[in-house]
Amino acid sequence: MYTQGLDQQGSQDNTEHANADREREAAFQARIDGEEKIEPRDWMPEAYRKTLVRQISQHAHSEIVGMLPEGNWISRAPTLKRKLILMAKVQDEAGHGLYLYSAAETLGTSRADMVDQLLDGRAKYSSIFNYPTLTWADVGAIGWLVDGAAIMNQIPLCRCSYGPYARAMVRVCREESFHQRQGYELMLALCRGNDEQKRMAQDALNRWWWPSLMMFGPSDNESRHTAQSMAWKIKRFSNDELRQKFVDTTVPQAEYLGLEVPDPDLAFDEESGHYRFGAIDWEEFFAVLKGNGPCNRERIEARRSAHEEGRWVRDAARAYARKQAKRAAAQAA
Amino acid sequence: MAEQDWPLWEVFIRSRTGLSHKHVGSLHAADQQMALQNARDLYTRRQEGVSIWVVPSAAIHASDPAERDAYFDPADDKIYRHPTFYDIPDEVEVL
Ligand SMILES: [Fe+2]
Ligand SMILES: [Fe+2]
Repeated sequence: MYTQGLDQQGSQDNTEHANADREREAAFQARIDGEEKIEPRDWMPEAYRKTLVRQISQHAHSEIVGMLPEGNWISRAPTLKRKLILMAKVQDEAGHGLYLYSAAETLGTSRADMVDQLLDGRAKYSSIFNYPTLTWADVGAIGWLVDGAAIMNQIPLCRCSYGPYARAMVRVCREESFHQRQGYELMLALCRGNDEQKRMAQDALNRWWWPSLMMFGPSDNESRHTAQSMAWKIKRFSNDELRQKFVDTTVPQAEYLGLEVPDPDLAFDEESGHYRFGAIDWEEFFAVLKGNGPCNRERIEARRSAHEEGRWVRDAARAYARKQAKRAAAQAA
Repeated sequence: MAEQDWPLWEVFIRSRTGLSHKHVGSLHAADQQMALQNARDLYTRRQEGVSIWVVPSAAIHASDPAERDAYFDPADDKIYRHPTFYDIPDEVEVL
């Protein structure tokens, strides 16, 4: 998930190649309509390739930046068990980032380029990770809500028309369920605890609820590329459909915890069988996306310094590999 | 200018003894030893395998998808390569 319909750039790409390759495009669309998977070396329209590179790399960046808010609590986890769980979860997110970078690379981009784009601010990542993790309860709220929203978005991506992306998503989804369950269990422990712990859980839900709903991206009538992505079967459900599904499954879970969802307009609609919910503050969403969230600068700064401080390791590994190769060649000669 | 990536490797995993290795994805590593270690950390965090192969992606030579038909069609009309092509009376056992 985490792709959030951040596809602001590149809208001309669609028309650029529309005239050429019309026949190939028709054949391509027919394959997609027939639920055939597209593989890296198959012919594909340039706009399809660009859309995928943008979406998959944004998704990868989100997994990588997403390690930071939770990583913040590893050293302060309340028990050894919780610490091990959190480390395993954060390590999974690193893995998700790497699966996704590899999937994007099959489209002809390089990981170094993608990382560069993240570090110099050209690439976007999910706005949710620009919020701070203020208390231990936030670790629970993230697992429950943020990973929960991610799962909702990622399950349909397992059937995405692009083979390597779909296969990466199958692997990711298999791992996400643990993330959500450990988060909910953490919330449950707090909610069964003393008053202060329960207050902490409620406070975390209050702060993470709305940003979680924003994770599904702009409303359908605002989101530009939904129709094309649906036709290409990159996307299977609209942002609003997925958001509704998330609300419908999550509200009863909050009730079970004995927590109150911070939305005075939230009400179950008997007729439709869905929860009606209040208006989302899209101004906040776009502000965070533009770089003005509470932690945008801190996140990118953390990624940049990790990249810089790791440079000598990458260089040393390369030098060592060169030396070994030279030695092996000399021995063979 | 972006820093150059470490070479790309394809990863194959044998999930259980008795099965063949299957392609699971790729990764970057400076050398073969690091490729193996990274493959373990990246692709077998949940007992997904008992053996790993890593192969430099550049060493893989693949058939061209554009020539798929020309390549694979010749097998289409050779139904005599399948056991069901042959009529054997029911009375004949173990055949
Ligand atoms: Fe993830
Ligand atoms: Fe996750």
